[in-house]
Amino acid sequence: MFFPISNSHISPIYLAVSGFVIGILGGFFGVGGSFIAGPALRAVGLDWNFAIGTDLAHIVGKSVVAAKRHRALGNVDLRLGFIMAFGTMGGAEVGAQLIQMLKRAGNVNLVVSIVSIAIYVSISSFMIWEAWRTLQFQKKRRPRTKVPGTTAKEDESSFSHRTRAIQRFHLWPMISLPTSGVTAISLWVIVLVSFIGGLFSGFLGGGAGYIRMPMLVYVLGIPTHLAVGTDLFEIIISASYGTFSHATKGNVDILIALVMNTGAAIGAQIGAISTQYFAGPKIRLAFVPLPLIGAAIVIYTLMTGHKL
Amino acid sequence: MKAEASGTLRAFLLELAVYAVFVTGYFFLVLHFLSGWLQDLHLHHVKTYALVAIVLIIGQAVVLESVTTWLFRLLRGGRSE
Repeated sequence: MFFPISNSHISPIYLAVSGFVIGILGGFFGVGGSFIAGPALRAVGLDWNFAIGTDLAHIVGKSVVAAKRHRALGNVDLRLGFIMAFGTMGGAEVGAQLIQMLKRAGNVNLVVSIVSIAIYVSISSFMIWEAWRTLQFQKKRRPRTKVPGTTAKEDESSFSHRTRAIQRFHLWPMISLPTSGVTAISLWVIVLVSFIGGLFSGFLGGGAGYIRMPMLVYVLGIPTHLAVGTDLFEIIISASYGTFSHATKGNVDILIALVMNTGAAIGAQIGAISTQYFAGPKIRLAFVPLPLIGAAIVIYTLMTGHKL
Repeated sequence: MKAEASGTLRAFLLELAVYAVFVTGYFFLVLHFLSGWLQDLHLHHVKTYALVAIVLIIGQAVVLESVTTWLFRLLRGGRSE
């Protein structure tokens, strides 16, 4: 199929299947999936600028489908999502400015690569440690018995004592997040978390769900299922902003994004529904390979000089 | 349990087949007619193109979500998950 905007020939089946795989991951983990979508578009010869912009547009569509499904399952905290969207957009702008500064200094590739590897590996190491500890703790406490009335959504974390300390930090204005079960938390903590997520999104590219989803769980104390759904809702707003920005620079082939989204629509629903069958620590444990795949891609690029 | 799993798999494959027919029709009818107009917008009215791009991707996602949910319900006798 010919796509005149980017002047490229790509099989629609390839695009729909790529979208399907990314949709499953996005619906289950609440990530944009740019670490797969970008290389998948590059592999069929799309220029980098189109790969990045088109990927963002596809993320918007896939997140709408997954967030709608999560909302139907009661996994979206709208108040938290709207607040986070502002912080994310501010952070993304600062991240993009940092990239421009590094470009002028002439060492953007090395600095971004090292920072991203360190962050990806740290997130994975921390999450594997925490999720494993929580699962061991649950096993010891409830050996081979299931407490009647408990569901997969009821979440706990071995890091929760630190989370509670963060929630006790009183800096006006304090707000409540009844959907997420948070009675009071400083607005500035939420803004800071979303700003950091946006900063990494602008600095490293993509939606940065690999850093925002863990921060929602460990810093704000949002249950994992709600963190996944709310992150997807927040990605709709921030990725729409990014899509508009890239489209005005001529970096979006919306036809490619629309075709990818046909596969993502069904994949995202499967991913979202699947979260209902797994407890929070198991979702977090399954999340661990995602940042490591990102790190492997960056290491490959550093060693070979070829961008995937 | 095994019968239930094979039933779910059969329903899922049927959903995929019906969905693939919809999507193929969509590729040839809608996207084919849109491509010329979108290319023109991309070249000459870039801000309008950016707005149209967001409206299209969100609109398509909402429609596809409704179609897939309807298919899930239709082929599984009222159950959507």
